[in-house]
Amino acid sequence: MTARLPPGLQLEKVDDRIMTLNVGPQHPGSGHMRLIIKVDGDYIVSCDPDPGYVHRGEEKMAEYRNYITNIPHLERPVIHDSCNILYPYCLGVEELLGLEVSERAKYVRVIASELNRFTYTLYWLAIYGIFLGHSTMFMWPAGDRELAIDLLEKLTGARVTHSYFVPGGVRNDLPANFEDVCLRQINYLEKRLKAYADIFYDNPILIARTEKTGVLSREDAIRLGTTGTVLRASGVDYDVRTKEPYDVYDELDVHTNVLKNGDSYDRSKTPWLDMLESCNIIRQALEKMPKSGSVRVKLKPNPKGGNDEVYKRVESGRGSLGAYIVSRSKPEPYRVKLSVGSFRNLICMPYLLKGEKLGNMPAVYWSLNYWPVEADR
Amino acid sequence: MSVIAPKFRLGYFLKSLTDNIFWIIVLFTLVGMPAIMLILFFIDLPVLDGTLLTPFLAFTMIFHPETGVPLLKSLLYSDFFRIAAFPGFGFAALLAAGTIFAERKLLAKLQLRVGPFYCGKFEGILQLMADGLKLISKEIIIPAKADKPIFWAAPILFVATAAAFVSLIPVAPGWVVADLDVGLLAVFAIIGFFPIITILSAWSANSKFPFIGGIRALHQMVSFEIPLILSLLGVVILTGTLNLSKIVESQSNYWFIAFLPIGAIVFFISMLAELERIPFDLPEAESEIVAGWLTEFSGMIYGLVQLGSYLKLYAFAALFVVLFLGGWQGPMVVPPFPAEIITHGIVAGPITIHVPGLPITTQEMLNGTLWFTLKTVAVIFFILIPRGVFPRIRIDMLLSIGWNKLIALAFINIFIALGLLYAGVLGPGGLL
Repeated sequence: MTARLPPGLQLEKVDDRIMTLNVGPQHPGSGHMRLIIKVDGDYIVSCDPDPGYVHRGEEKMAEYRNYITNIPHLERPVIHDSCNILYPYCLGVEELLGLEVSERAKYVRVIASELNRFTYTLYWLAIYGIFLGHSTMFMWPAGDRELAIDLLEKLTGARVTHSYFVPGGVRNDLPANFEDVCLRQINYLEKRLKAYADIFYDNPILIARTEKTGVLSREDAIRLGTTGTVLRASGVDYDVRTKEPYDVYDELDVHTNVLKNGDSYDRSKTPWLDMLESCNIIRQALEKMPKSGSVRVKLKPNPKGGNDEVYKRVESGRGSLGAYIVSRSKPEPYRVKLSVGSFRNLICMPYLLKGEKLGNMPAVYWSLNYWPVEADR
Repeated sequence: MSVIAPKFRLGYFLKSLTDNIFWIIVLFTLVGMPAIMLILFFIDLPVLDGTLLTPFLAFTMIFHPETGVPLLKSLLYSDFFRIAAFPGFGFAALLAAGTIFAERKLLAKLQLRVGPFYCGKFEGILQLMADGLKLISKEIIIPAKADKPIFWAAPILFVATAAAFVSLIPVAPGWVVADLDVGLLAVFAIIGFFPIITILSAWSANSKFPFIGGIRALHQMVSFEIPLILSLLGVVILTGTLNLSKIVESQSNYWFIAFLPIGAIVFFISMLAELERIPFDLPEAESEIVAGWLTEFSGMIYGLVQLGSYLKLYAFAALFVVLFLGGWQGPMVVPPFPAEIITHGIVAGPITIHVPGLPITTQEMLNGTLWFTLKTVAVIFFILIPRGVFPRIRIDMLLSIGWNKLIALAFINIFIALGLLYAGVLGPGGLL
C-alpha cells in the first residue's frame, strides 16, 4: 500500500480543497514538460515544474565524437536557435585548438546569430500569443518568421538545423547578393515588428492581463540566477554581448533594452525590443563587414587540443548560453557541458506562480522565455 | 511538402459523375423517397377538385404544376416546414454553416493566411462537409468514470435548447415558429438553460479540466445573464410588449439602437460572453484548461456541441437584430409579383394555366427575409471580428466587467428608456 508513486500521480484526498492538475506533457499549454500545479479554487498553491521528457544526453554524446562531428548534434536542443547554441562551443574549441578566425567570418557569424535570434524569438512570440488566446499573434510571427528562415536558408542551406558555425569560422561564405536581400528583409521585418505592437503589445486586454502578474523583483532575479530577457525585464542591465563582448560585438553599437517592472508584460516585451535591436546590429554588421576574405580556417583531420579547459558564453535568444569544454589531448572532448538560459529561468517559475490565478499560468510560464528541449538537453 | 490540388480534367469529372449516379439513385430511393413521404405525411394537404389528397396521390402530383404548386404552398405553410426548414432549424443551420466558413476565411485573411482552400472547387467551400464527415467517422470515446446518461444527453440537450432559441426568432412578418406573447421572457428562460447544461456535461465527464471549465462557464453565464436581461428591459419599456414580432413592428420608423445605444452595447458584450467567443472564451481556454468543458467530448458529440454553439450564435445575432436593428424592417427592394400571375396563374409553354396556389409567397416575406438576413450577417461579422484582435481575458476581469460595469450601464439604459417614455417621445402614444 505504501508504494511510492512519482509526484503528481499520487492519489488525492477527495475532501481536500486542493486539486492537483497535471499540466503536461500532453496538454496544449505545456510544451515537452509537466507542471504539477496544485490549485485552491482559482489560485495556484504550488507549482512543481517537472522537466526531463526530452532529455537526449547531448553532452554525453559529445564525449564520443570529435570536435567537428559534434556540431550537427549539439545544435539539436534548440533547432530554431541553432547558430547561437553552437556559438559558445565553436568559440571554446577555437581557443582549445588555437585557431584564428578571420574578420569576415566573425561578421558573418554575428549576422547569422542575430538572424537566428529573430527566428527563435518570433517562434517564441507566436506561442506566447496563442497561450494568451490571441490567434492573430500566433499566425503573424509564424508567417513573418519565414522571411528570416529564407535568409538563413540562403546563407546556410538548411531551414532550421543550419550546422553553420564550425571551429575556425563558418561553413561557407555569403551567397551572392545576400547583403541586399538581407537589408530588404530586415527593413520589412522591422516594419512588421512595429505592427505587432499595434495589435498585441498596446492591446488593452493584454496589458490588463499581464501587467503586475508574476512580478520578479530585481533582487530576486539576481538571487535566483535568471538570465537574458527575464533578467533585463527586472531592471538588471546585463547582456553578454555588451558586458563580455565576443567576436566583433565590441566594434558594434549594441544597445541593451532594460525594463523596470519585472512582470509578465515586461518579460514579454523585452524579446520584442531585442528583435528591433537585432535589426540595428545586422545593419551595422552588413555595413562594417570586410567585403572579401576567407571565412574558414583549414583544419587537419581529427584535430586535438591540449590538456586544457575552457568556458565561453554568448547571449542566445533565452539569455546567456555557456559551453564548458575539457580537452585531454584527444580528438574527442573529455567533457562538454552546456549551461543554458532555459533551465536557469525555469528555476524561478515556482516562485512566480505561487499565489497567482490559474488563468495567469500560461502568461507567466511562457514569459520566462523557456524552451523545454534546451533545458533537458 | 505542400499538397497541390489535382487539376480539373473533363474525363475524370465525367467518370466521377457516372460513378456518383449509382450512389445518387441508391440514396434517393433509400433516403430521399422515404423523406418525401415523411414530409407529405405531416403537411396539411389541400383539397383539390373536391377530393382530399392522400400522401400517395400527392406523390404522383408533385411533377404536375397545376397540382404541384398548391402542394408546395401547403408545404410552405405547414408547421413541419416552419420547424424544420425556413424560420426554424434549416435556415438557422444554413446561416450557422455560412458563419463557420466565413469565420475561417475572414480570420485567415486577417492573419495573412489562406484558410480552407483545397476542399471543393472554390476556396475550400466544402471544408465544413469534410469536417462533418470526419467528426461522424471518428470514434466516440466516453471516459470510463463518466456519468454516461448525462454525458450523452448534454450535447443533445445543448442543440435542442439552441434550436428552441432559434424557434422564437421572427424572420419575416408572420414567419416565426412560435409567436409567443411572452417571447422575450421565453428567450430569457431558454438562455437560463445553457449554464445548467454546461455544468451537467462538465460534471458528468468526471474529469478535472472539464470541471474547471464548467465552473468557469457557470460563473460567466450567470454573471452576464443579468446585464443581458437588464439591457433588454429598455426595449420592453418602450414597446410595452414582450412579443418579438410586435417589437419589430414598433420599429417601423426608427431602430431602437438610435435611442438605446448603451443598451445595444451592453447586450452585444454580454452576448459575446454568453456565446463564449473570444475575448470571453475562458470556459474553453486552451492553454490553461485544455478545451474546458468540451475536453472529454469526441467525434460527433463534439460536433453536436459545435453545431449548438453556432446555432446559438445565429440566434443571439438575430435577437440583436430583432430588438435593436428593426428586424425585417427595411426599404422594399423586392419587385412586386406581376399581376397576371396572381390572376391567371403561370405561363407554361404556349398555354397559361390557372394554378390556385399562386403566388406561393408574398412580397413582404421575401423583402423581410432579405433585410433580416443582411442585418444578421452584419451582426455576426461584428461577433467574429474580436477573435482576430483580442487575447483572452481572465476570470476576475470578466466578473468585474459583468458585475461592476455592465450592470451599471444597463441601469443607465433603463433610465434613458424611462425618460424617453415619460417625456412622451417614444412608447405607446409617443411623438415618433
